[in-house]
Amino acid sequence: MPLIYPKESFTEAHPKYDSPTYKSTGLRHPKKPLIILPHTMTELNGPVYGHEVLQETDNDLTRQHAGEPQGERIIVQGRVLDEDGRPVPNTLIEIWQANAAGRYVHVVDDHPAPLDPNFSGAGRVVTDENGRYRFTSIKPGPYPWRNHHNAWRPAHIHLSLFGHSFLSRLVTQMYFEGDPLFPYDPIFNEVPEQARHRLISKFDLDVTEPEWALGYTFDIVLRGRNATPMES
Amino acid sequence: MSGITPSQTVGPYFAYCLTPSRYPLHEIFSTDLTVPGVEGERITLTGRVFDGNGDGISDAMVEIWQADAKGGFDHGSLSNTKSNSGFKGFGRAETTADGTYSFTTVKPGRVPGPDGKLQAPHLAVTVFSRGMLTHLFTRFYFDDEASNAEDPILNLVPQDRRATIIAKSVKGQGKAYYLDIRIQGGDETVFFEA
Repeated sequence: MPLIYPKESFTEAHPKYDSPTYKSTGLRHPKKPLIILPHTMTELNGPVYGHEVLQETDNDLTRQHAGEPQGERIIVQGRVLDEDGRPVPNTLIEIWQANAAGRYVHVVDDHPAPLDPNFSGAGRVVTDENGRYRFTSIKPGPYPWRNHHNAWRPAHIHLSLFGHSFLSRLVTQMYFEGDPLFPYDPIFNEVPEQARHRLISKFDLDVTEPEWALGYTFDIVLRGRNATPMES
Repeated sequence: MSGITPSQTVGPYFAYCLTPSRYPLHEIFSTDLTVPGVEGERITLTGRVFDGNGDGISDAMVEIWQADAKGGFDHGSLSNTKSNSGFKGFGRAETTADGTYSFTTVKPGRVPGPDGKLQAPHLAVTVFSRGMLTHLFTRFYFDDEASNAEDPILNLVPQDRRATIIAKSVKGQGKAYYLDIRIQGGDETVFFEA
Protein backbone atom coordinates (compact mmCIF):
# COMPACT_ATOMS: atom_id res chain seq x y z
CA MET A 1 0.00 0.00 0.00
CA PRO A 2 2.50 2.67 -1.13
CA LEU A 3 0.45 5.76 -0.41
CA ILE A 4 3.31 8.16 0.13
CA TYR A 5 6.26 8.39 -2.22
CA PRO A 6 9.72 7.92 -0.75
CA LYS A 7 11.35 10.84 0.99
CA GLU A 8 13.24 11.84 -2.15
CA SER A 9 10.00 13.40 -3.34
CA PHE A 10 10.26 16.04 -0.64
CA THR A 11 13.99 16.36 -0.09
CA GLU A 12 14.32 17.47 -3.73
CA ALA A 13 11.67 20.15 -3.19
CA HIS A 14 11.89 21.54 0.34
CA PRO A 15 14.56 23.89 1.68
CA LYS A 16 16.87 22.56 4.37
CA TYR A 17 16.27 23.33 8.04
CA ASP A 18 19.77 24.81 8.29
CA SER A 19 19.70 27.49 5.59
CA PRO A 20 22.55 29.91 6.40
CA THR A 21 21.49 32.79 4.13
CA TYR A 22 18.23 33.00 6.09
CA LYS A 23 19.70 33.99 9.43
CA SER A 24 16.78 33.07 11.68
CA THR A 25 17.29 29.40 10.83
CA GLY A 26 20.52 29.50 12.87
CA LEU A 27 18.93 28.93 16.28
CA ARG A 28 15.82 27.23 14.92
CA HIS A 29 17.04 24.11 13.16
CA PRO A 30 17.63 20.70 14.74
CA LYS A 31 21.32 19.76 14.99
CA LYS A 32 20.84 16.12 15.86
CA PRO A 33 19.98 13.61 13.13
CA LEU A 34 16.30 13.19 12.33
CA ILE A 35 14.85 9.73 12.99
CA ILE A 36 13.25 8.09 9.98
CA LEU A 37 9.59 7.51 10.85
CA PRO A 38 7.73 4.57 9.31
CA HIS A 39 4.28 5.63 8.15
CA THR A 40 1.48 4.42 10.41
CA MET A 41 -2.24 5.17 10.56
CA THR A 42 -1.35 8.33 12.48
CA GLU A 43 0.67 9.80 9.63
CA LEU A 44 -1.42 8.43 6.77
CA ASN A 45 -4.64 9.90 8.07
CA GLY A 46 -5.11 13.61 8.51
CA PRO A 47 -7.61 16.25 9.53
CA VAL A 48 -10.38 16.99 7.02
CA TYR A 49 -11.88 20.48 6.86
CA GLY A 50 -14.15 21.52 4.01
CA HIS A 51 -16.82 24.01 3.01
CA GLU A 52 -18.54 23.80 6.40
CA VAL A 53 -15.84 25.97 7.99
CA LEU A 54 -16.08 28.86 5.51
CA GLN A 55 -17.91 32.16 5.87
CA GLU A 56 -19.23 34.21 2.98
CA THR A 57 -16.39 36.65 2.34
CA ASP A 58 -13.54 34.29 3.20
CA ASN A 59 -12.64 33.80 -0.47
CA ASP A 60 -12.79 37.51 -1.36
CA LEU A 61 -10.31 39.55 0.66
CA THR A 62 -11.55 42.73 -1.03
CA ARG A 63 -15.05 42.44 0.44
CA GLN A 64 -14.38 41.99 4.14
CA HIS A 65 -14.81 45.66 5.09
CA ALA A 66 -17.14 48.55 4.36
CA GLY A 67 -15.05 49.96 1.51
CA GLU A 68 -12.74 48.83 -1.26
CA PRO A 69 -9.09 48.25 -0.34
CA GLN A 70 -6.29 50.21 -2.04
CA GLY A 71 -4.20 48.44 -4.64
CA GLU A 72 -4.26 46.24 -7.68
CA ARG A 73 -7.20 43.80 -7.58
CA ILE A 74 -6.23 40.22 -8.45
CA ILE A 75 -7.86 36.84 -8.92
CA VAL A 76 -5.76 33.82 -7.99
CA GLN A 77 -6.90 30.41 -9.15
CA GLY A 78 -5.46 26.98 -9.73
CA ARG A 79 -5.65 23.35 -8.79
CA VAL A 80 -4.44 21.37 -5.82
CA LEU A 81 -2.99 18.07 -7.02
CA ASP A 82 -1.28 15.04 -5.54
CA GLU A 83 2.05 13.69 -6.79
CA ASP A 84 0.27 11.61 -9.43
CA GLY A 85 -1.36 14.73 -10.80
CA ARG A 86 -4.76 13.77 -9.47
CA PRO A 87 -6.94 16.51 -7.97
CA VAL A 88 -7.22 16.91 -4.21
CA PRO A 89 -10.89 17.82 -3.70
CA ASN A 90 -12.55 19.51 -0.73
CA THR A 91 -9.34 20.59 0.97
CA LEU A 92 -8.96 23.80 2.97
CA ILE A 93 -6.50 26.51 1.90
CA GLU A 94 -5.74 29.28 4.39
CA ILE A 95 -4.48 32.55 2.91
CA TRP A 96 -2.65 35.52 4.42
CA GLN A 97 -0.68 38.42 3.01
CA ALA A 98 0.50 42.02 3.30
CA ASN A 99 -1.57 44.85 1.87
CA ALA A 100 -0.69 46.77 -1.31
CA ALA A 101 1.78 48.93 0.64
CA GLY A 102 3.63 45.92 2.02
CA ARG A 103 2.18 46.13 5.54
CA TYR A 104 0.70 43.26 7.55
CA VAL A 105 -2.09 43.82 10.05
CA HIS A 106 -0.18 41.64 12.54
CA VAL A 107 0.53 43.57 15.76
CA VAL A 108 4.30 43.07 15.57
CA ASP A 109 4.74 44.44 12.02
CA ASP A 110 6.36 47.86 12.46
CA HIS A 111 7.15 48.61 8.81
CA PRO A 112 6.31 52.33 8.38
CA ALA A 113 3.85 51.78 5.53
CA PRO A 114 0.14 52.51 5.91
CA LEU A 115 -2.40 50.00 7.13
CA ASP A 116 -5.52 49.87 4.96
CA PRO A 117 -8.74 50.05 6.97
CA ASN A 118 -10.44 48.10 4.18
CA PHE A 119 -7.98 45.22 4.03
CA SER A 120 -7.11 42.59 6.62
CA GLY A 121 -5.29 40.23 4.30
CA ALA A 122 -6.64 36.94 5.67
CA GLY A 123 -8.90 34.51 3.85
CA ARG A 124 -9.77 30.89 3.17
CA VAL A 125 -11.00 28.80 0.30
CA VAL A 126 -11.84 25.11 -0.18
CA THR A 127 -11.09 23.18 -3.38
CA ASP A 128 -14.02 21.87 -5.40
CA GLU A 129 -14.51 18.26 -6.57
CA ASN A 130 -11.87 18.81 -9.29
CA GLY A 131 -9.32 20.25 -6.87
CA ARG A 132 -9.91 23.79 -8.16
CA TYR A 133 -9.76 26.89 -6.00
CA ARG A 134 -10.17 30.61 -6.68
CA PHE A 135 -9.97 33.71 -4.53
CA THR A 136 -9.96 37.46 -5.01
CA SER A 137 -7.50 39.77 -3.32
CA ILE A 138 -5.13 42.72 -3.75
CA LYS A 139 -1.60 42.27 -5.04
CA PRO A 140 0.61 42.43 -1.94
CA GLY A 141 3.52 44.88 -1.86
CA PRO A 142 7.13 43.92 -1.20
CA TYR A 143 8.37 44.79 2.29
CA PRO A 144 11.68 45.23 4.08
CA TRP A 145 13.02 42.84 6.71
CA ARG A 146 16.21 42.72 8.75
CA ASN A 147 17.90 39.57 7.50
CA HIS A 148 20.71 41.55 5.85
CA HIS A 149 21.40 45.09 4.63
CA ASN A 150 18.63 46.41 2.36
CA ALA A 151 16.70 43.15 2.50
CA TRP A 152 13.26 43.13 0.81
CA ARG A 153 10.88 40.24 0.43
CA PRO A 154 9.42 39.74 -3.05
CA ALA A 155 5.64 40.15 -3.14
CA HIS A 156 4.04 36.94 -1.93
CA ILE A 157 0.89 35.36 -0.55
CA HIS A 158 1.16 32.81 2.27
CA LEU A 159 -0.81 29.59 1.82
CA SER A 160 -1.48 26.75 4.26
CA LEU A 161 -2.90 23.38 3.13
CA PHE A 162 -3.77 19.98 4.59
CA GLY A 163 -4.30 17.47 1.77
CA HIS A 164 -4.94 13.76 2.24
CA SER A 165 -2.77 12.99 5.23
CA PHE A 166 -0.78 14.56 8.02
CA LEU A 167 2.28 14.04 5.81
CA SER A 168 0.86 16.21 3.04
CA ARG A 169 0.58 19.24 5.37
CA LEU A 170 2.13 22.23 3.61
CA VAL A 171 2.77 25.87 4.42
CA THR A 172 4.19 27.77 1.47
CA GLN A 173 4.36 31.16 -0.26
CA MET A 174 3.13 32.04 -3.73
CA TYR A 175 5.17 34.59 -5.68
CA PHE A 176 4.47 36.61 -8.84
CA GLU A 177 6.11 36.07 -12.21
CA GLY A 178 8.89 38.52 -13.04
CA ASP A 179 9.53 39.89 -9.55
CA PRO A 180 12.89 41.75 -9.61
CA LEU A 181 13.57 40.79 -5.99
CA PHE A 182 13.92 37.03 -6.63
CA PRO A 183 17.74 37.04 -6.91
CA TYR A 184 18.09 38.74 -3.53
CA ASP A 185 15.64 36.74 -1.40
CA PRO A 186 17.13 33.97 0.80
CA ILE A 187 13.74 32.46 1.65
CA PHE A 188 13.05 31.87 -2.06
CA ASN A 189 16.61 30.91 -2.98
CA GLU A 190 17.08 28.34 -0.19
CA VAL A 191 14.60 26.21 -2.16
CA PRO A 192 16.51 23.76 -4.38
CA GLU A 193 16.96 25.43 -7.76
CA GLN A 194 15.00 22.84 -9.75
CA ALA A 195 11.93 23.40 -7.57
CA ARG A 196 11.88 27.22 -7.25
CA HIS A 197 9.72 27.78 -10.32
CA ARG A 198 6.93 25.84 -8.61
CA LEU A 199 6.47 28.78 -6.21
CA ILE A 200 5.81 31.34 -8.94
CA SER A 201 2.29 32.10 -10.14
CA LYS A 202 1.77 32.93 -13.81
CA PHE A 203 -0.12 35.91 -15.15
CA ASP A 204 -3.11 34.45 -17.01
CA LEU A 205 -5.20 36.51 -19.44
CA ASP A 206 -7.90 33.82 -19.44
CA VAL A 207 -8.36 34.30 -15.69
CA THR A 208 -8.17 38.09 -15.96
CA GLU A 209 -11.60 39.75 -15.85
CA PRO A 210 -12.10 42.69 -18.22
CA GLU A 211 -12.23 46.03 -16.45
CA TRP A 212 -12.04 44.31 -13.07
CA ALA A 213 -8.98 42.29 -12.03
CA LEU A 214 -5.75 40.69 -13.24
CA GLY A 215 -5.68 36.90 -13.10
CA TYR A 216 -2.92 34.62 -11.86
CA THR A 217 -2.74 30.82 -12.00
CA PHE A 218 -0.96 28.81 -9.33
CA ASP A 219 -1.16 25.02 -9.09
CA ILE A 220 -0.10 23.37 -5.85
CA VAL A 221 1.19 19.79 -5.63
CA LEU A 222 0.94 18.07 -2.24
CA ARG A 223 2.96 15.14 -1.09
CA GLY A 224 1.47 11.69 -1.47
CA ARG A 225 -1.24 10.21 -3.57
CA ASN A 226 -4.94 9.84 -3.33
CA ALA A 227 -5.77 6.69 -1.42
CA THR A 228 -8.71 4.60 -2.52
CA PRO A 229 -10.99 4.69 0.49
CA MET A 230 -11.31 1.31 2.18
CA GLU A 231 -14.82 -0.08 2.44
CA SER A 232 -15.81 -1.02 5.94
CA MET B 1 4.62 12.00 -10.97
CA SER B 2 4.89 15.77 -10.62
CA GLY B 3 7.15 17.59 -8.21
CA ILE B 4 5.66 18.79 -4.97
CA THR B 5 5.36 22.44 -4.09
CA PRO B 6 8.25 23.51 -1.85
CA SER B 7 7.64 24.51 1.74
CA GLN B 8 8.24 28.10 2.86
CA THR B 9 8.36 29.56 6.34
CA VAL B 10 5.11 30.44 8.10
CA GLY B 11 6.87 33.75 8.91
CA PRO B 12 6.20 35.98 11.91
CA TYR B 13 2.78 37.26 10.81
CA PHE B 14 0.56 34.18 10.54
CA ALA B 15 -1.58 34.72 13.64
CA TYR B 16 -4.29 36.92 12.11
CA CYS B 17 -5.14 34.06 9.74
CA LEU B 18 -4.02 30.77 11.31
CA THR B 19 -4.64 31.49 15.02
CA PRO B 20 -6.89 34.56 14.86
CA SER B 21 -8.30 34.68 18.40
CA ARG B 22 -7.03 38.28 18.75
CA TYR B 23 -8.14 39.27 15.23
CA PRO B 24 -11.46 39.66 13.38
CA LEU B 25 -11.32 36.40 11.36
CA HIS B 26 -13.51 33.63 12.76
CA GLU B 27 -11.58 30.72 14.25
CA ILE B 28 -11.69 27.25 12.74
CA PHE B 29 -9.12 25.56 14.93
CA SER B 30 -8.68 25.69 18.64
CA THR B 31 -6.37 24.64 21.43
CA ASP B 32 -9.34 22.75 22.92
CA LEU B 33 -10.04 19.59 20.90
CA THR B 34 -12.80 18.30 23.15
CA VAL B 35 -16.40 18.35 21.94
CA PRO B 36 -19.61 17.77 23.91
CA GLY B 37 -20.04 14.11 24.71
CA VAL B 38 -16.55 13.07 23.63
CA GLU B 39 -15.47 9.79 25.15
CA GLY B 40 -12.18 9.39 26.92
CA GLU B 41 -9.99 10.86 29.59
CA ARG B 42 -9.78 14.63 29.38
CA ILE B 43 -6.19 15.88 29.59
CA THR B 44 -4.24 19.11 29.29
CA LEU B 45 -0.87 19.28 27.62
CA THR B 46 1.43 22.26 28.09
CA GLY B 47 5.05 23.16 27.46
CA ARG B 48 7.35 25.75 25.98
CA VAL B 49 9.15 25.92 22.64
CA PHE B 50 12.84 26.93 22.96
CA ASP B 51 15.42 28.02 20.40
CA GLY B 52 19.14 27.21 20.42
CA ASN B 53 19.85 29.98 22.95
CA GLY B 54 17.31 28.54 25.35
CA ASP B 55 14.95 31.45 24.70
CA GLY B 56 11.24 30.77 24.39
CA ILE B 57 10.01 31.17 20.79
CA SER B 58 7.16 33.66 20.92
CA ASP B 59 6.09 33.28 17.29
CA ALA B 60 5.80 29.52 16.87
CA MET B 61 2.74 27.51 15.99
CA VAL B 62 2.25 23.97 17.29
CA GLU B 63 -0.26 21.56 15.74
CA ILE B 64 -1.36 18.20 17.12
CA TRP B 65 -3.12 15.34 15.36
CA GLN B 66 -4.38 12.28 17.18
CA ALA B 67 -6.74 9.35 17.34
CA ASP B 68 -9.75 9.46 19.64
CA ALA B 69 -9.88 7.52 22.90
CA LYS B 70 -10.73 4.31 21.03
CA GLY B 71 -7.87 4.63 18.54
CA GLY B 72 -10.09 5.82 15.65
CA PHE B 73 -9.51 8.77 13.33
CA ASP B 74 -12.08 11.25 12.12
CA HIS B 75 -12.91 10.19 8.53
CA GLY B 76 -9.28 10.07 7.50
CA SER B 77 -8.63 8.85 3.98
CA LEU B 78 -7.38 5.51 5.28
CA SER B 79 -9.49 5.03 8.32
CA ASN B 80 -12.45 2.75 8.54
CA THR B 81 -12.74 3.28 12.26
CA LYS B 82 -14.74 6.47 12.63
CA SER B 83 -14.08 8.79 15.46
CA ASN B 84 -16.75 9.13 18.11
CA SER B 85 -18.95 12.15 18.85
CA GLY B 86 -17.48 14.38 16.17
CA PHE B 87 -14.03 14.49 17.76
CA LYS B 88 -11.76 15.89 15.04
CA GLY B 89 -8.41 15.11 16.66
CA PHE B 90 -6.70 18.23 15.31
CA GLY B 91 -5.62 21.26 17.31
CA ARG B 92 -3.50 24.33 16.72
CA ALA B 93 -1.81 26.69 19.18
CA GLU B 94 0.12 29.91 18.80
CA THR B 95 2.86 30.20 21.43
CA THR B 96 2.68 33.01 23.98
CA ALA B 97 5.37 35.66 24.60
CA ASP B 98 7.49 33.15 26.57
CA GLY B 99 6.98 30.33 24.06
CA THR B 100 4.23 28.46 25.90
CA TYR B 101 1.77 26.27 24.03
CA SER B 102 -1.20 24.56 25.61
CA PHE B 103 -3.91 22.09 24.54
CA THR B 104 -6.94 20.47 26.10
CA THR B 105 -7.88 17.13 24.55
CA VAL B 106 -8.57 13.49 25.39
CA LYS B 107 -5.93 10.82 25.82
CA PRO B 108 -5.67 9.04 22.46
CA GLY B 109 -6.27 5.31 22.19
CA ARG B 110 -3.83 2.86 20.67
CA VAL B 111 -3.38 2.83 16.89
CA PRO B 112 -1.87 0.00 14.78
CA GLY B 113 1.79 0.37 13.93
CA PRO B 114 3.77 -0.64 10.83
CA ASP B 115 3.68 -4.35 11.71
CA GLY B 116 0.05 -4.35 12.80
CA LYS B 117 1.00 -4.33 16.47
CA LEU B 118 -0.54 -1.57 18.55
CA GLN B 119 1.44 1.58 19.18
CA ALA B 120 1.46 3.31 22.54
CA PRO B 121 -0.88 6.31 22.84
CA HIS B 122 0.72 9.28 21.08
CA LEU B 123 0.11 12.54 19.28
CA ALA B 124 1.64 13.59 15.97
CA VAL B 125 3.07 17.09 16.44
CA THR B 126 4.22 19.71 13.95
CA VAL B 127 6.12 22.89 14.78
CA PHE B 128 6.13 25.95 12.51
CA SER B 129 7.89 29.28 12.99
CA ARG B 130 9.86 32.09 11.47
CA GLY B 131 13.32 30.64 10.88
CA MET B 132 11.93 27.27 9.81
CA LEU B 133 11.57 26.94 6.05
CA THR B 134 9.99 23.52 6.49
CA HIS B 135 7.97 22.53 9.55
CA LEU B 136 9.34 20.11 12.11
CA PHE B 137 7.66 16.81 12.81
CA THR B 138 7.68 15.01 16.15
CA ARG B 139 5.51 12.89 18.44
CA PHE B 140 4.40 13.14 22.06
CA TYR B 141 3.99 10.06 24.25
CA PHE B 142 2.78 9.90 27.87
CA ASP B 143 4.91 8.90 30.87
CA ASP B 144 2.19 6.82 32.55
CA GLU B 145 1.72 4.35 29.68
CA ALA B 146 3.31 0.93 30.16
CA SER B 147 2.90 0.29 26.41
CA ASN B 148 5.69 2.83 25.70
CA ALA B 149 8.16 -0.01 26.27
CA GLU B 150 6.84 -1.93 23.27
CA ASP B 151 6.09 1.01 20.99
CA PRO B 152 7.70 0.38 17.58
CA ILE B 153 8.42 4.05 16.89
CA LEU B 154 9.74 4.92 20.34
CA ASN B 155 12.05 1.94 20.02
CA LEU B 156 13.64 3.53 16.94
CA VAL B 157 14.76 6.43 19.12
CA PRO B 158 18.05 6.09 21.03
CA GLN B 159 17.26 5.30 24.66
CA ASP B 160 18.92 8.43 26.01
CA ARG B 161 16.76 10.70 23.82
CA ARG B 162 13.34 9.12 24.39
CA ALA B 163 12.50 11.34 27.36
CA THR B 164 12.46 14.36 25.01
CA ILE B 165 9.20 13.13 23.48
CA ILE B 166 7.50 11.65 26.56
CA ALA B 167 5.21 14.12 28.31
CA LYS B 168 5.43 14.09 32.11
CA SER B 169 2.42 13.84 34.36
CA VAL B 170 1.87 16.96 36.45
CA LYS B 171 0.24 16.71 39.86
CA GLY B 172 -2.71 18.98 40.36
CA GLN B 173 -6.28 19.36 39.30
CA GLY B 174 -7.32 16.95 36.60
CA LYS B 175 -5.00 15.01 34.35
CA ALA B 176 -2.18 17.23 33.09
CA TYR B 177 1.03 16.64 31.15
CA TYR B 178 4.02 18.83 30.46
CA LEU B 179 6.59 18.66 27.65
CA ASP B 180 8.98 21.27 26.27
CA ILE B 181 10.04 21.36 22.63
CA ARG B 182 13.74 22.19 22.32
CA ILE B 183 14.81 22.91 18.75
CA GLN B 184 18.52 22.62 19.62
CA GLY B 185 20.74 21.77 22.58
CA GLY B 186 21.79 18.88 24.77
CA ASP B 187 18.22 17.83 25.35
CA GLU B 188 17.13 18.63 21.80
CA THR B 189 13.70 17.17 21.03
CA VAL B 190 13.68 14.13 18.77
CA PHE B 191 12.39 15.19 15.37
CA PHE B 192 11.38 12.76 12.67
CA GLU B 193 11.76 12.58 8.94
CA ALA B 194 8.65 11.00 7.56
